[in-house]
Amino acid sequence: MSCAIRARDLRFTFPNGVAGLAGVDLHVAHGERVAILGPNGAGKTTLMLHLNALLRGHGELEVTGLRVGEDNVRDLRARVGLVFQDPDDQLIMPTVREDVAFGPLNLGCSRTEAAERVREALTAVRMEAFADRAPHQLSLGQRRRVAIATVLAMHPSLLVLDEPSANLDPRTRRELIELLDTVDRTMLVVTHDLPLAARLCERAVILSAGRVVADGRCDDILRDTGLLAAHDLELPEGFDLSQVEMPARG
Amino acid sequence: MSGGHALHHVGVAGDLASPVHRLDPRAKLIGLGGVTLVAVSTPLEAWRVYAVCGLTLAVVAAVARVSPRTLVARAKVVLPLVLLVAVFVPFARRGDPVDIGPFTASEQGLETFATVAAKATLGTLSAVLLAATTSFPDVLHALERLKAPRLLVLIAAFMYRYLFVIVDDVARMRAALSSRGYVPRHALQAQAIGRVATALFLRTYERAERVHLAMLARGYDQSMPRLDVLRFRRVDAAFVGGVAVCLLSTRVLAA
Repeated sequence: MSCAIRARDLRFTFPNGVAGLAGVDLHVAHGERVAILGPNGAGKTTLMLHLNALLRGHGELEVTGLRVGEDNVRDLRARVGLVFQDPDDQLIMPTVREDVAFGPLNLGCSRTEAAERVREALTAVRMEAFADRAPHQLSLGQRRRVAIATVLAMHPSLLVLDEPSANLDPRTRRELIELLDTVDRTMLVVTHDLPLAARLCERAVILSAGRVVADGRCDDILRDTGLLAAHDLELPEGFDLSQVEMPARG
Repeated sequence: MSGGHALHHVGVAGDLASPVHRLDPRAKLIGLGGVTLVAVSTPLEAWRVYAVCGLTLAVVAAVARVSPRTLVARAKVVLPLVLLVAVFVPFARRGDPVDIGPFTASEQGLETFATVAAKATLGTLSAVLLAATTSFPDVLHALERLKAPRLLVLIAAFMYRYLFVIVDDVARMRAALSSRGYVPRHALQAQAIGRVATALFLRTYERAERVHLAMLARGYDQSMPRLDVLRFRRVDAAFVGGVAVCLLSTRVLAA
């Protein structure tokens, strides 16, 4: 059976000699929601960029049934949607709807189909009223929702989010989590926000110094304070894991 | 939104539902660009042409309900700079002397000044009017469809998109400097500004790399796709035709 992600001994070294990934082994099945946790510089974003062939390392990597290589980059990018941490990096067009249409049109959709996908994606993130706005007229939370829409419009089978809750106020953050919870896709959430991981993902993987050091049920991993502490992670003070409504999936 | 008009954008003024605002951006670009071209190519003796150019702009502004106050306020940003250069011409150029108070100017110089001033004013006003009735993204779209160099249009589009982000960056960095008591009193203390500029350049450069990655991730392959198509309708042709007939006939008759 094909996996959403199958990485074996994936290695990547930056041009300055720093090891980004030092032999990552990871299997993610279709339909799973996996949180990728880890301290700064652990290789989380590097791994994310590999999933779209934006960085190429050594080792084996198969994403949504495609072996990552030179000849299938276009297909790969159609199947894997990356949502970058800073929406200002992602939103480049003068209006929201042009931006959401950017991906589908690049994939070769007709204008009519692209317009339909734009409508559908903006409705999914509840931003349909802002279609004609310019990105700089939106708040950070709104821009992040639009950034998610830009990727949803490409109908990816795997959605990868980099720090989706970074810099959001508590209410916007909660709304974003509720929104992501409604997205029915295989999802990889790269984050420092452990409560968000607990709320959204049934499985968690800790990446440290370019390696997978823990992989298991999200609540088991988050309860292991020793493991978390060893990798510079900790739950917010007073946070009670037993109060979290865990995802009933998997 | 239909026909690719995004009028809610910054800078658009007047009645957004006016016939001028609803014209195809290409029609406005050609029509108002034409006014500038005709004004620039007209010698001073043919003052009627200037009058017709001015009248055309006034009619367009009136139909679009862009108030004279808006036009003047916006022209004020550019015009003084242009006129400042031109104002020295009467005194620098040789010719028949004319006394203006304690100064002596030359008649030919004054004529040159009047011509430059008229051309600059008309050119600036048509640009201001275009910007007041057409959003910047629409102007870019029009340029793209009129086969302007793709790379230049792309650079202008990114500049417009990221200008706001960079301005925010600068404002934050300036606030951070001020909050640490930075008040430059002489030129040597301006060093910090240089550092801010460097930091800003590096940040922008890094952002450019991230933006490129994000574009690639969404399947970018060297061309910017457009969702909306511009429609050049009869009314657009009529606008361009009307302006052209008015200006060219006066221009040809005056020549």
